[in-house]
Amino acid sequence: MQFGVFTVSDLTQDPTTGRIPTEQERIRAAIAIAKKSEEVGLDVFALGEHHNPPFFSSSPTTTLAYIAAQTERIVLSTATTLITTNDPVKIAEDYAMLQHLAGGRVDLMMGRGNTGPVYPWFGQDIRNGIPLAIENYALLHRLWREDVVDWQGKFRTPLQSFTSTPRPLDGVPPFVWHGSIRSPEIAEQAAYYGDGFFHNNIFWPIHHTRQMVRLYRQRFEHYGHGSADQAIVGLGGQVFMHKNSQEAVRRFRPYFDVAPVYGHGPSLEEFSEMTPLTVGSPQQVIDRYASMRDEVGDYQRQLFLIDHAGLPLETVLEQIEILGTEVVPVLRKELAVGRPAHVPDAPTHASLVAKAGGPVDATVYSVDGVTGRRAEEVQA
Amino acid sequence: MSAQGMRGARDAGGTRRLAVVSAGLRQPSTTRLLADRLAKATVVALGELGVQTQVDVVEVREHGHDLTNMLATGFASESLEKAIETVVSADGLIAVTPIFSGSYTGPFKTFFDVIDDGALAGMPVLLGATAGTARHSLAIDHAMRPLFAYLRALVVPTGVFGATEDFGSADRRSVGSTDGSADGVPPIAVRVDRAARELAPLVAGRKARERTDPFSDPTPFERLLAGGS
Repeated sequence: MQFGVFTVSDLTQDPTTGRIPTEQERIRAAIAIAKKSEEVGLDVFALGEHHNPPFFSSSPTTTLAYIAAQTERIVLSTATTLITTNDPVKIAEDYAMLQHLAGGRVDLMMGRGNTGPVYPWFGQDIRNGIPLAIENYALLHRLWREDVVDWQGKFRTPLQSFTSTPRPLDGVPPFVWHGSIRSPEIAEQAAYYGDGFFHNNIFWPIHHTRQMVRLYRQRFEHYGHGSADQAIVGLGGQVFMHKNSQEAVRRFRPYFDVAPVYGHGPSLEEFSEMTPLTVGSPQQVIDRYASMRDEVGDYQRQLFLIDHAGLPLETVLEQIEILGTEVVPVLRKELAVGRPAHVPDAPTHASLVAKAGGPVDATVYSVDGVTGRRAEEVQA
Repeated sequence: MSAQGMRGARDAGGTRRLAVVSAGLRQPSTTRLLADRLAKATVVALGELGVQTQVDVVEVREHGHDLTNMLATGFASESLEKAIETVVSADGLIAVTPIFSGSYTGPFKTFFDVIDDGALAGMPVLLGATAGTARHSLAIDHAMRPLFAYLRALVVPTGVFGATEDFGSADRRSVGSTDGSADGVPPIAVRVDRAARELAPLVAGRKARERTDPFSDPTPFERLLAGGS
């Protein structure tokens, strides 16, 4: 079971001080959050992608590569990579490159993006969100698995004899999660490929999460990737902790009340009841998150949103400290109890390489335009 | 709650479910009073057609906070979800609102705003409205009817408007009424009865609808890949 944090890279005013961080401060904060997460023993750091203010993360692979160079162990992921508005060719290239630099610590989470105005900036239309996600990923999937791709689709120019470089590290594409909150088509997509399914349920009631995950598990089995309880499931989470639970509520409420997305809506108490938001003692967080598997089955990845709504960096780092030292070690133990042996862990680069029978150098040199043969084949 | 379960519960032999949405704000509420009269008259009219009717009332006021919260968060509380399901799974709908500033109230509109697209398509609907003055009486036709046309509901021709004077006039006659109060029957009762008789056969004749549940019956991926939905 993997535990980690994700950031959406928002620049939000701290409602208790009126201060808004600069882009430079928030970019540095993301690096600090990632390093702290590794230091306290968390498994995953995931970074969002946005192309509009108030967010900084338009270029996640740049940020993740920088983090990769300064960390040793933590898995670097996305939350999410926009499979709709990014050219799948560029995703194939960028993340293959990142995987080489990070030494196999990278996976990705695909998402559509729900900000309508962003689509036309990249030549697309939000009304095509699902078809874009399906077509673009089908191409990306091939680009990482076939050295030379001929391809034609609806949403981008055709490809003739195209080779995406660098080829995947050790001949194994990065593991992919598909994130969706409401669309059964995306659960279906994840199941079809045998990829992971991430339900970012931070703003949603658990009964909704339950039906999305159930659908994914059933279809995973239908497509022959294993039994339903072997499907690869991830969940979002949102917590704020203090050893005294009333103090946690007192400190977090000003951020909650005006937070982007849910602020000015339900009360903190109502929202805590309806969604996985847990504001209280570390023990309360442990109890709440130890019970998630009762709803969705034994799962593989739990990511916490920890740094949004204007929380200052020092507070965020404190929260990560509590998460890593007091909460996650206990959750690891509790979730291991009764977990069937045939339920897999989240795939990693190492596990995928092992499954493929060991590392293969997948380098493609040049391809002869006339014969279609590669340079190394000609020399052989 | 499974949509299919709700649908399966419908008795094809002669029971129908009528949902009543009442957006009154006071206690007692004139709007609820009118809604109840419309429901009762519809049950009687359905009875004459040999159909038994179960009536479920949704008081919009009880969901006021949840409606605002849903606009902010994107999801419904459990009780609001239940109320929405009550309405969209019914065989007929009576929708009654007070008229404020020439139109339905905000909460009434919000309730219909948060219902899924197409969920009320083909739904037989009777519209009612209340106001302090008869000068609001065209609001049913100028405000409510276009809303339900957008929702592709099947609205009966008679909408029932009740002004204070309809409920309060000592001679039990509506001021300015032309719809036959000569026999001493209060005109609003005549209108309620006519509207109910328009609604009843539509509810009685409504076929059980098949609603597919995308979470138990997803589009196969091969079809999605081929550009289908």
